[in-house]
Amino acid sequence: MSKELLEIKNLKTSFRIKDDYYAAVDDVSLTLNKNEVLGIVGESGSGKSALAFSVMGLHTRAKIEGNINFKDENIANISPAKLNKLRGEDMAMIFQDPLTALNPLMPVGEQIAEAILLHKKDMSAKQRREKVVDLLNKVGIPRPEHTYDQFPHELSGGMRQRIIIATAIANQPELLIADEPTTALDVTIQAQILDLIRDLKEDMNAGIILITHDLGVVAEMADRVAVMYAGQIVEIADVETLFDNPKHPYTRSLLNSMPSEDESQDKLHVIQGIVPSLQNLPRKGCRFSARIPWIDESAHEENPELHEVAPGHFVRCTCHNHFYFPDESKEEQVNGVS
Amino acid sequence: MAFLKVEDLKVHFPIRGGLFNRKIGAIKAVDGVSFEIEQGKTYGLVGESGSGKTTTGRAIVGLNDITEGKVTYEGDELNKKGKAIDPRRDIQMIFQDPYSSLNPKKRVLDIIAEPLRNYEKLSRQEEKNRVHELLEQVGLSPESILKYPHEFSGGQRQRIGVARAIALKPKLIIADEPVSALDVSVQAQVLNFMQDIQKELNLTYLFISHDLGIVKHMCDEIGIMYKGRYVESGTKQDIFNNPQHIYTKRLVAAIPDIDPKKREEKKQFRQEVQTEYEQSYNDYFDNEGLAYGLQSVSDTHLVALPEKG
Repeated sequence: MSKELLEIKNLKTSFRIKDDYYAAVDDVSLTLNKNEVLGIVGESGSGKSALAFSVMGLHTRAKIEGNINFKDENIANISPAKLNKLRGEDMAMIFQDPLTALNPLMPVGEQIAEAILLHKKDMSAKQRREKVVDLLNKVGIPRPEHTYDQFPHELSGGMRQRIIIATAIANQPELLIADEPTTALDVTIQAQILDLIRDLKEDMNAGIILITHDLGVVAEMADRVAVMYAGQIVEIADVETLFDNPKHPYTRSLLNSMPSEDESQDKLHVIQGIVPSLQNLPRKGCRFSARIPWIDESAHEENPELHEVAPGHFVRCTCHNHFYFPDESKEEQVNGVS
Repeated sequence: MAFLKVEDLKVHFPIRGGLFNRKIGAIKAVDGVSFEIEQGKTYGLVGESGSGKTTTGRAIVGLNDITEGKVTYEGDELNKKGKAIDPRRDIQMIFQDPYSSLNPKKRVLDIIAEPLRNYEKLSRQEEKNRVHELLEQVGLSPESILKYPHEFSGGQRQRIGVARAIALKPKLIIADEPVSALDVSVQAQVLNFMQDIQKELNLTYLFISHDLGIVKHMCDEIGIMYKGRYVESGTKQDIFNNPQHIYTKRLVAAIPDIDPKKREEKKQFRQEVQTEYEQSYNDYFDNEGLAYGLQSVSDTHLVALPEKG
């Protein structure tokens, strides 16, 4: 079998507002290999979570067009019964907020056991408990036997996220989608959870889609990174290229707006304007053009497409060739590139 | 005389239970914290959730009762009863969540004018003019005056929160995680803007945050809290270039690095620090797991170490 685990082709996920459908994910194509972490970065409203939910089949009212090929089968728009067989067994999700993702009235061990019960009906209750304790051990929970019978409110945020991870990996899925897995956690806990996810990946040989708005997390975790803006992928490259040699104006603006190590920089870069809402998304031309008004219109393509600028490095639109930050002079920028 | 001086601040919350619901214990949210801020500077208060950093900020504005200790603001003690003037008019707060800190049923005019109505007797027209001025200062259009909070984006809402905080021309602003709920680009906008008005109005900030990257960008001096106590305090350089306490080292090590090439290096460093943390835990914390008293390492740099160390 090929190395490819997941192939998304021309995916379009639209939501209905009043009488019209608006695409939150607009023509996205991606591939994910086994034992690979693909980071998806973007601000809120860029469609990154909508993309993940489409893969997991968690949208109930959205219109999904295009193909999602998982293990050589198109899983877009398959029946809920078929999806239920896949979810939890072959693919699983780690959610952002560990408190709302857990059932407050059920001991955490039981919740993990439930995931096993649904897919492996022939296991005895005793075996299941052993397996859960084993899992708890694996995600680094001290005293797993005791924790099995505890309720979510008795555990700290980091411990709860470990429970979520244990549930997700209970059946050794091949595809793991982590939607902002550490956003709700403290930095030291974040570092521990990221290390844990990385170790588990090695163990299970799984493919991971990591969705986050935190570029630091992406730099630490991902093998390849896709940057999303307004429902489209604007740049995709392996992690080192993306951080060393970002091309698209949006990627460069994002990197520039982070407080950096170098203290000489006094002001942070601000991206003009706001992320457009779903109904007001510009559907024609370069979607980012409204936020870089100082760039001449002729720099943009009429129908921006992803261009391969280097092997494996794709950038949408041609405006990156002419892009400069307003606070630096144009000549300086051109010289800097050459 | 220091601009704001906090001396041995303690905020304890009672645990009630047993017969007649008596006090049977206390949660020591803030347990003996002292620091000073100079006018026009930004002081960062850093810690993980539950460290007591927010409670400290709230106690200074008066949103939590002070159990023990003294907060002096320009020489006036804040928690004394029966004062002639209310210094709290000079101290304002910016809250973390721009979605829940604005009343959804009020218009922007009423939100920003509320502190003015409490402290200044202005006519309707004067009040409106003042609100217009404030909106201009935070970069919002004058038409927004009749809108409701839900009509704004996160960054704009945070600006409304800032406009309300600076309405009375305060001298000290306590900013409790002002950008945690915002996207990176909006975060940059709010931080830049906070620096601008700081220069313009000669404001002093007490900047409460868990994000060391932002603290490094914004603050002149930093205090690190753990379980209600200080573990280390000093200038930005002291904390980031020469951290002494193992807890600070651990925090600094946990910041994700933006350079993917240093990934392995960083992981190894984290593990080293973690091992050191586990091995030397008893050297840095007492039997209750709390930090020791502060010892000075240099003129500006204080670290919580046991007496003899």
